[in-house]
Amino acid sequence: MQAPSPFLAAENLACRRGERLLFRRLSFRLEAGAACHVTGANGAGKTTLIQALAGLTRPYAGEVRREGALALLAERTGLDPDLPLAKALAFWFALDNAAEPQAIMARLRIAGLADVPVRYLSTGQQKRAALARVLGQAAPVWLLDEPLSGLDTASQDLVSALVREHCAGGGIALIASHQPLDVPGMTSFAIEDFAPAEEDAEA
Amino acid sequence: MILALLRRDLAQFFPFTGSGAALPVVFFVAVAMLFPFAVGPDANLMAKTGGGVVWIAALLAAILPLEKLVARDIALGFFDQLRLRGTTEEAMMAVRLIAHWLSFGPPLLLATFPAAALLKIEGESFSILLLGLLAGTPGLAAIGLMIAALTASLRAGAALSGLLLIPLALPILIFGAGALARTDAATLGFVAATSLLLVAIAPFAAGAAIRAAREG
Repeated sequence: MQAPSPFLAAENLACRRGERLLFRRLSFRLEAGAACHVTGANGAGKTTLIQALAGLTRPYAGEVRREGALALLAERTGLDPDLPLAKALAFWFALDNAAEPQAIMARLRIAGLADVPVRYLSTGQQKRAALARVLGQAAPVWLLDEPLSGLDTASQDLVSALVREHCAGGGIALIASHQPLDVPGMTSFAIEDFAPAEEDAEA
Repeated sequence: MILALLRRDLAQFFPFTGSGAALPVVFFVAVAMLFPFAVGPDANLMAKTGGGVVWIAALLAAILPLEKLVARDIALGFFDQLRLRGTTEEAMMAVRLIAHWLSFGPPLLLATFPAAALLKIEGESFSILLLGLLAGTPGLAAIGLMIAALTASLRAGAALSGLLLIPLALPILIFGAGALARTDAATLGFVAATSLLLVAIAPFAAGAAIRAAREG
């Protein structure tokens, strides 16, 4: 089971949304056990960065390198709104061969919602369900896009705890959020620092 | 992975179990039921035009499920999550094409029996009609999938997809209904060939379309 050590790296990354250049010359490298907090105002490009890092969109320039499977928590949960929560999650748990799905659901305090259709869940409950999917994936690299939004204080602490555990176990987490997380040793950067100067914004 | 995906897609689309409705089939039978009322119960006229009416009803029924076919799962982030697990967009679309056809082709073929009875289509005409629909519906499903994927990120996608499907489906309609008019089963070969071509390119075109939709 000794796979090559996971890492996530960006080299000279530049991304656009529509015709607007959001950031450029963004480089970093996260090794096993590292957590990184990306901050930035709404619309600064956090989600765009996550999408590019996940390989879902092609960056305008630069390169993303990664070793290890990837789990993504995004605004779009991937859970079927018409299905009861347990069934919607079961699809992904089965795909990912998740160990102990019951324990994961209990940990995120959604075990009691198993029979409720996903569309009746609150924002915070859906977010916790999506986190359960991420946990079930057992992937070494986590990309979390706004994991704290819509969560109550107890759940926010839980997210911090999950990230701490993940990194202590040799995982990598990159978290885009404008709220603070309690993870010791976490690096952070503001995406605005890589925003283009006014004159070269028209790429 | 592929099997799990097919099961999930089928559960979603199959008219009588998932969130998809039996609407296309009901619509199809309704057209066949209304036609005799509209033109009068003249057996000669019905035998002449009934087959064409069934084809038009099938074509219009193919438009109905398009709205939910792809756009819903894009909005859910479903395809994104599959992509992260190494499934290509082409494979996702191939599975979706199979699920889409299964959920609309066979029920439509079954509904052809009552529809043909209502329109007094009998004997050889009936078997040509049935074979034609069997050969043509995969092509209609393929066109539908491509259009659904292409228009998924557009605001007026649903309205547009109906307009786009009609011209693309013309070859299938012409050959399918043509075989009926001449009671010539050989023409159905053209229907099958058109369908085959469309089915072969649909996963690639639809896959590229949902990748492009991400770039938004």
